[in-house]
Amino acid sequence: MPTISREEAAHLARLARLELAPDELDHLAGQLDAIAGYVARVSEVAAEDIPPTSHPLPLTNVFRDDELKPGLEAQAGLAAAPEAEDGRFRVPRILGEEA
Amino acid sequence: MTVTTQRLPTLAEAVARYDPVLGLEVHVELGTVTKMFCGCSTTFGAEPNSQVCPVCLGLPGSLPVLNRVAVESAIRLGLALNCTIASWCRFARKNYFYPDMPKNFQISQYDEPIAYNGWLDVVYEGVTYRIGVTRAHLEEDTGKSVHVGGATGRIHGASHALLDYNRSGIPLIEIVSKPILVPPAIAPAVGRAYVTELRMLIRALGISPARMELGQLRCDANVSLKPSGATEFGTRTETKNVNSLRSVERAISYEIRRQAAVLSEGGRVVQETRHWHEDTGETTAGRSKEQAEDYRYFPEPDLVPLAPSPEWVESLRATLPESPVARRARLQREWRLSDLEMRDVLNAGAVDLVAATVDAGSDPAGAKKWWLGQIARAANERGVDLEQVGISPSDVAQVQALVAAGTLNDRLARQVIDGVLAGEGTPDEVVAARGLAAVSDDAALLTAVDEAIAAMPDVAAKVRAGKLAAVGALVGAVMKATRGQADAARVRELTLQRLTGPAA
Repeated sequence: MPTISREEAAHLARLARLELAPDELDHLAGQLDAIAGYVARVSEVAAEDIPPTSHPLPLTNVFRDDELKPGLEAQAGLAAAPEAEDGRFRVPRILGEEA
Repeated sequence: MTVTTQRLPTLAEAVARYDPVLGLEVHVELGTVTKMFCGCSTTFGAEPNSQVCPVCLGLPGSLPVLNRVAVESAIRLGLALNCTIASWCRFARKNYFYPDMPKNFQISQYDEPIAYNGWLDVVYEGVTYRIGVTRAHLEEDTGKSVHVGGATGRIHGASHALLDYNRSGIPLIEIVSKPILVPPAIAPAVGRAYVTELRMLIRALGISPARMELGQLRCDANVSLKPSGATEFGTRTETKNVNSLRSVERAISYEIRRQAAVLSEGGRVVQETRHWHEDTGETTAGRSKEQAEDYRYFPEPDLVPLAPSPEWVESLRATLPESPVARRARLQREWRLSDLEMRDVLNAGAVDLVAATVDAGSDPAGAKKWWLGQIARAANERGVDLEQVGISPSDVAQVQALVAAGTLNDRLARQVIDGVLAGEGTPDEVVAARGLAAVSDDAALLTAVDEAIAAMPDVAAKVRAGKLAAVGALVGAVMKATRGQADAARVRELTLQRLTGPAA
């Protein structure tokens, strides 16, 4: 059976940019472990010849034509932004490396 | 480990001890009318955030729908790169936090690319190198960030950043090469030739204008070294966003030399991304990749799988243009160039430019002469590619038309090209502004001829006595008097007529 450690829970929290208190980490590590256990049980039942399901609908090739559709009116996109400047979304300075 | 530039070996010294292995990742922005997953325009240069909608802003509840033309473009490029086209594949979420991706994930393809396992033949100095292609997959572009408050838009010292999402969601194809192992001394040049060839192919397919200066074609260069003759690859670095053909060659060359210096001093190459600096011709360390990235890819639940039928793929194969090799052979015949001349055009990255100039009405010889001569020299001096130097094929064709019409002689035509390169406008505008039209009016020329004869009676006498070679001094005087704007051949003709001709 899977065991999600406190360290793994902390790693996932960092990847998700979530700040969790020590007691929350213990609590969530236990819950995540339980969820992983349920999934593991499904894997036990599914034989090798059953591929993992990513999409429940038996559909492929859903396309749209390459035609313009009106988007948001000028500045409407910015209206919900906490901060804007020069027609752009303003965000805190980006720490670390240039992408 | 820091290595000072002064101690870097030359490329020749570096490849005497080490064999470089290259891996090139090329991103091409598709020229579709709309974005990959929404109907927003992809037009370049629009007002910031004027081509956005809930989908490409990543607003909650919005759902992507795939652009058919983007998929067709990827399949056609895959076929042209001799790839296998996947009969079934999915999109995947690549999760990371960065403000240029408002959803906090990029929709890409992970272990199921739409096209894989192909190749591209690249000709360099008359020799063909087959460059393997691992995969070509579809993904969406990111927004553009401007860093404010630091020096020249860099992150370092910036107080905040501003985001424009017009580019967010524009369809991209990423083409990943297999390891490129070619004769070490020419590795940087073959790397450049590969990107050049890829650009020609993309343009021939009509799937993107592929203008590097607009970021429509971007190259990330992976470079590693191994001791000469060794089989095991060394640690690689990835130099990001090399945005001209010339820089592809320079960046690869710099990394080979830098890594050779590190290794020969007993150091260790650090696996990292590096940033290319166009101005200094150097790369600097970026993000370390020693720790594996954790993008937590998983199948994109909002897009159903892609399953191109064999019939669809074959119908797209029927739309492929002639191969670049066949096209060059045809153009060489049409332009009546020798193998060596055609090689020069190819090495200069000028095939498309010469072709476009000929299409705009120029004769092939004239088009080739300008692009490989004066314009190539200007591009070289400025350190940019031919396409970025500031003159278009139609400008060149216009200059050549003025030459053909006798309005410009060769010397004046060069001045007009200079004027266009200096940003003074179109050839016609430069001719008008600089007053460069050649004096082709015989009456005006005859006045100048008569003045020259009157000023140099002894020379005139020699010519009359049959010493025709002496006429050069008179022609020179007329050219000087007309400030070089006359057709020298016509001046010579008129002067000889005046002195010895039937008219007398």
